[in-house]
Amino acid sequence: MSTDDVTPGGGIVEDEFTDPGIPTHHRPRRADVDPKAAKRAELQVAALFGVSVLGTVIAIWAYLTADVGGDNIAGVRNTTMFLGVGLFLAMIGIGTGAIHWAKTLMRDHDIVEERHHLRSSEEARAGAVDNLKQGARDSGIGIGRRGLLKGSLVTALAIAPLSVLVPAVGNLGGDWNVSKLRNTMWRRGMRLAKDPGGGLIKAADVTIGSVFQVIPDGLNELEEGKLEEKAKAVVLLIRMNPEDLKVQPGREDWSFDGIVAYSKICTHVGCPVALYEQQTHHLLCPCHQSTFDVADGAKVVFGPANRPLPQLPIAVDDEGYIIAKDDFNEPIGPSYWERLK
Amino acid sequence: MSDVKAAPPVTGAKHAAGGTANYLDERTSIGAFTKFIARKVFPDHWSFMLGEIALYSFVVLLLSGVILTAFFVPSIEPVVYDGSLATMQGIEMSKAFESTLRMSFEVPGGLLMRQIHHWAALIFAASILTHMARIFFTGAFRKPRELNWLVGFTLMILSLAAGFTGYSLPDDVLSGNGLRIIDGVIRSMPILGSYISYGLFGGEFPGEDLIPRLFTAHVLLVPALILGLIALHLFLVFLQKHTQYPGGGRTDKNVVGFPLFPVYTAKAGGFFFVVFGVIALLGATLQINPVWNYGPYDPSIISAGTQPDWYMLFIDGALRIMPGNLEYVIGGYTLSLNILIPGVVVPGLFFGALALYPWIEAWATGDRGERHILDRPRNAPVRTALGVAAITFYVVLVLEGSNDIVANLFRLSINDLTIMFRIAVFVLPVLAFILTKRIAMGLQRKDRELVLHGHETGRIVRFDDGEYIEVHEPLNDQERWVRVSYTALKPREPAPELNVHGVRRKGYRWDRFKAALSRFYFEDRVEPVTPAELEEAQDHRAPVAESEAPRPEVEKSTTS
Repeated sequence: MSTDDVTPGGGIVEDEFTDPGIPTHHRPRRADVDPKAAKRAELQVAALFGVSVLGTVIAIWAYLTADVGGDNIAGVRNTTMFLGVGLFLAMIGIGTGAIHWAKTLMRDHDIVEERHHLRSSEEARAGAVDNLKQGARDSGIGIGRRGLLKGSLVTALAIAPLSVLVPAVGNLGGDWNVSKLRNTMWRRGMRLAKDPGGGLIKAADVTIGSVFQVIPDGLNELEEGKLEEKAKAVVLLIRMNPEDLKVQPGREDWSFDGIVAYSKICTHVGCPVALYEQQTHHLLCPCHQSTFDVADGAKVVFGPANRPLPQLPIAVDDEGYIIAKDDFNEPIGPSYWERLK
Repeated sequence: MSDVKAAPPVTGAKHAAGGTANYLDERTSIGAFTKFIARKVFPDHWSFMLGEIALYSFVVLLLSGVILTAFFVPSIEPVVYDGSLATMQGIEMSKAFESTLRMSFEVPGGLLMRQIHHWAALIFAASILTHMARIFFTGAFRKPRELNWLVGFTLMILSLAAGFTGYSLPDDVLSGNGLRIIDGVIRSMPILGSYISYGLFGGEFPGEDLIPRLFTAHVLLVPALILGLIALHLFLVFLQKHTQYPGGGRTDKNVVGFPLFPVYTAKAGGFFFVVFGVIALLGATLQINPVWNYGPYDPSIISAGTQPDWYMLFIDGALRIMPGNLEYVIGGYTLSLNILIPGVVVPGLFFGALALYPWIEAWATGDRGERHILDRPRNAPVRTALGVAAITFYVVLVLEGSNDIVANLFRLSINDLTIMFRIAVFVLPVLAFILTKRIAMGLQRKDRELVLHGHETGRIVRFDDGEYIEVHEPLNDQERWVRVSYTALKPREPAPELNVHGVRRKGYRWDRFKAALSRFYFEDRVEPVTPAELEEAQDHRAPVAESEAPRPEVEKSTTS
């Protein structure tokens, strides 16, 4: 052992304490001194392995008797439970058995292994440098030579990946037409439809205090891009007492008798805003708690959003249905760099 | 086998084993490798198991994941559900969601595998973070292990990537909104934001490409990277040999412990089965990610209490904690610092500092030597305090990421709670730093006290002249060695500003920065007891000890 040369204690007071070395007295375990205890430990380990076998049997039994696939949800629960517990026993039996074996029966004396410096020997390092120099000489590109070769190789290697990357990245974004972020499918005269259901909404159906989730009539009939359009166009239609509603300057004719429509997409990072508190007219986004005051232009009253929810200008057509007067006058949802361009 | 002469008679099994070994060795020199590996020494400590948990939960992830891929359909194509779950019948959903329901309710054991996979993912991320904390607090990242720290750091980031890509695959409302939040954060990036979002989603959110792309990333790209880096991580552990805690006979030049075969084969191998078993029990008994309660993704739907898996909570908390009025319009372009700071800058700085920490501390210590003996956290008070401060910061963000749940649970106003966290996120880490540093130094002083004066025995002795003392028992060599065998580093002094020619030297500013950093780390320190101090302390006691003999004890009691 490496610590033989260390003499602990001694009369001379030194600058530092000396390493007492690895503890010499080893406390024997019961199985080390008592053959009966060793036999007992052996039996315990075997029993634990037996638990594992039992677990495997339970798991296979649970699979074979599984009643899954019909209307029987309890069957799914039972199978999950028994199969899982069987798997648990099958694994934990092996694990605890092996560990118990190691802790009770395997020799538990410390052994020592020397470390070696990770740094290579000076010889090896010099040899490496020599070999590289030799290789460089063989290739003809030693220090300061054949600059053209090196330069052109580095250039070629550096730009060759572009032959793959440019088409690959170029294809990733579809048509890259980010101006689509600016508009939704709302157009002048488009009727508001309930979602889900698709029923059209008459102003008279909207009682004070009620909230409807609304999409443009015809969105569900779109051949493609349905989810993309819905992600932008979804609106909350809310009616409140007209006296409570602070009409925003320039938006006098955007609401109808206390009925207002605001984008449901949060201006923070785009979660749907959903929790409407009827008494305070506050609308809360459950993702990050941005709170908007619907009675006051859906301005932010709390939370990480900065801008009010965009308002959809609405009116009522000849048949009494609520219609959009136009698209939103700004991009809906979270901010982005070229949002106002 | 004919060339083996005078071999003792062997049994059939031994013969077969020997034959196989010979066959392999003659083709691979596996004999030399086995000689190297079989009795390789590893030190023993419970905290070394944290990394093992990470490794084993990853194996469980691979096993359960392979089974899940047999049933999952990574497609956004809409179908109308007609399976066995009554509440979902007739509802339009993507094939991804439908196949998730099918594997849960119609494949025996499918739900178990899903739940095992999800629990294993949560444990994987958690064990990596705790393992990382162990490495940090014991200084195991010091030379020569800085590079392995970086490998481990990358694995930690990849575990988040693996978790998030997998979490989003079932295409349910909860994970869909998570993706939309990511989209919102990406769009806040200046200039390229919208384009990165388009590149990721294949066009406008949500698009049709994301689920297949996430699937490829989740089952191929990320696990392949993780596997490769785990191999590198473990290779470096074998090459550099494991660190060990201080103790008698343990030095920077050796490693003291038990051999790989048989002790660690049994302990570590057994531990794999324990980890697997525990995860199986979690999957069997605790429901997780019941996507059928959330429903298929629809960009207009959300539910209260929306939260990501725990390992993403800190980013969500950072988004929640930020006041909204930090959005600026510059020359017509929108810069949303209210999203950019919590979503990109804060995680970037936090992770950046974490990745570079070994080098930051090395600037302060100027230490060039190999360090294989771990620090006890108390012996590096500033490092320990920085770690606790970082964890405090992280935990405040995690709690803020559950602010709606916390507010609901404790009947608090969510607004008050958020404002409180806005203050706490600045104040608590500083408090944690100060407090931890004090506690660490207090523990060091306690160690000094113990070394100098020994254990209290509870034996009170009265002398003839009425003086009472408590008898102290000196520490044995091993106990003392653990408490004195550390170096209390001193702040570095920068080399003089002017060189021999009286000209201001290049690099002086950098040196001064390093010296300032060093002062921050090592200005306050508690030196270990020296033999001289111990001798002096014993001298103080000497007259008492001498007088003990002639003056008989008159009272002796044992206090509790």
